[in-house]
Amino acid sequence: MAIVEVNNLIKKFKDFTAVDSISFEVMEGEIFGLLGPNGAGKTTTIRMLITITRPDSGKAKVAGFDIVKERDKVRENIGIVFQDPALDRQLTGRENLDFHARMYNMPGDVRLSRINEVLELVELTDKADELVENYSGGMQRRLEIARGLMHAPKVLFLDEPTLGLDTQTRRKIWEYVQNLNRTRGTTVVLTTHYMEEADYLCSRVGIIDRGKIVALDTPRNLKNIIGADVITLEIKSGEAEEFRKLEFVREFVRHDNLVSLGVESGEYKIPILMEFAQSKNIKVNSVELHKPSLEDVFLHYTGTTIRERNANEEERMRMRRRMRRE
Amino acid sequence: MKTISWQAVYVLWLREMKRTWRAKSRVIGSLIMPLFFFVFMGTGFRRATLPGIPQGVNYMTFLIPGMVGMGLLFSSMFAGLQVLWDKEFGFLKEIMVTPVTRLSIVLGRMAGGSTSSLFQGFLIMFLSMFLGFRIPGIAGFLVAIVFMFLITFTFIGLGLAFASRMKDMHGFQLIMNLVVFPIFFLSGALFPIQGLPKFIRPLAYIDPLTYGIDGMRGALVGISAFPLSLDFTVLSIVCIVIVSIGSFLFETSEVGQ
Repeated sequence: MAIVEVNNLIKKFKDFTAVDSISFEVMEGEIFGLLGPNGAGKTTTIRMLITITRPDSGKAKVAGFDIVKERDKVRENIGIVFQDPALDRQLTGRENLDFHARMYNMPGDVRLSRINEVLELVELTDKADELVENYSGGMQRRLEIARGLMHAPKVLFLDEPTLGLDTQTRRKIWEYVQNLNRTRGTTVVLTTHYMEEADYLCSRVGIIDRGKIVALDTPRNLKNIIGADVITLEIKSGEAEEFRKLEFVREFVRHDNLVSLGVESGEYKIPILMEFAQSKNIKVNSVELHKPSLEDVFLHYTGTTIRERNANEEERMRMRRRMRRE
Repeated sequence: MKTISWQAVYVLWLREMKRTWRAKSRVIGSLIMPLFFFVFMGTGFRRATLPGIPQGVNYMTFLIPGMVGMGLLFSSMFAGLQVLWDKEFGFLKEIMVTPVTRLSIVLGRMAGGSTSSLFQGFLIMFLSMFLGFRIPGIAGFLVAIVFMFLITFTFIGLGLAFASRMKDMHGFQLIMNLVVFPIFFLSGALFPIQGLPKFIRPLAYIDPLTYGIDGMRGALVGISAFPLSLDFTVLSIVCIVIVSIGSFLFETSEVGQ
């Protein structure tokens, strides 16, 4: 069942179309990702779904409620973690959660037990009574995720949840998100411009560029569109040409003792290749598997990589800042 | 649907109390200026006779309601402008996306801001007792409190109105210099407005604080430029209008980035 339905949403800022007639559905219980470079329209899309930006046209429903006509109903059913921190740094972690709980009108006993529960989930119980201004960036992020879960929302929106965090903290946050998705069945909608994040976390990914969704599928299917995985074998001895005869080998390239094979679903082909090598008396020193990444997919659809797009975006921002200063 | 969530009002008030308590130094700091005025102006002009101050009332006694009014003006404007800090630190978004009506948010802010502001007002009044100030009686005191409430709400409303239309904190100093200080100097806090030249006097008449301080002075000291009923009527109307404008601007404001 679809818990988020988006139909032809459009949002313009003066003559710039930030979101250009986007449509997609998010199924109940999945982790759905919008992947794209900065300025692609991810955040604007999310802002419309969480009812703080009004769409110019189009329709969307979240948890069965219209995002324009039933704003408060939508708000009761969603949790939000914004791109930039939105905590009161003069309050403790626990007080931030309590504030949130009361704003959502949660009764006293539920409030207390939920606060302890979500603190436990993000492992902040020990730090709960310290002022947020003494928290590290990662801890603040975790507290915000905990807060997003306080009122047991049906859908949790995460806007660039791991932006600016180190690899270790990022991994931790991925774990929390997966954990809450698995144990509570909370649907998660997130935006990111990190390939690994979309690949690792999301059950389905919408690739978004210049306000449009250019591709939408599971990470695996998206990568399969790009085609073959590449298995590189280092041959010690034997007749490497034999691999050419295998039916599933689409491409065959040889450099001295290195053989590169283009295949589909490489991880399943390695055991077959090994057995085949043994039967043909070929000795293999090492095996390497390269799978196409979502970066390759993005490149395929847009002609540039996300990294290049982001670099261009930064350049533009810098120009704008400079112009404003003059 | 315009319903008020009392729990939201309460927690917004509670947050303000905690923040004020944790910024004790700021509260103490805000007492320094009125104290300086007391010590330097109050003692310096002790024997001065000014037109508008009747014989037998010394300048210090005249000054006290003005200082209470000043304390209320600054702390209330500050409370209203608090929205800018919330914008700056992103917390405003957290408040705005809750399923609570903005009316409840305005009420919560008013409740919190006025509590800490009135507390500062009473603190100044309390300090002035060491300088010879005597509360004239329960009736006068209660009337003064009514005026203190009106002043507080008026200027929280004004602060809220400005903060709702400002993007960031850059304009804060401008507002202090171009709005708050003129309101203070023109209000008759330091000298009777009868002393102002004719062409400036109308500015004092459109300054809401003039009526607040005049009312308090009438209630606490027994001298006032206008009848207390006039002070009360004018200030009440201005208060309602400004609070309505402030709430309206806040309700229709953009959440920002």
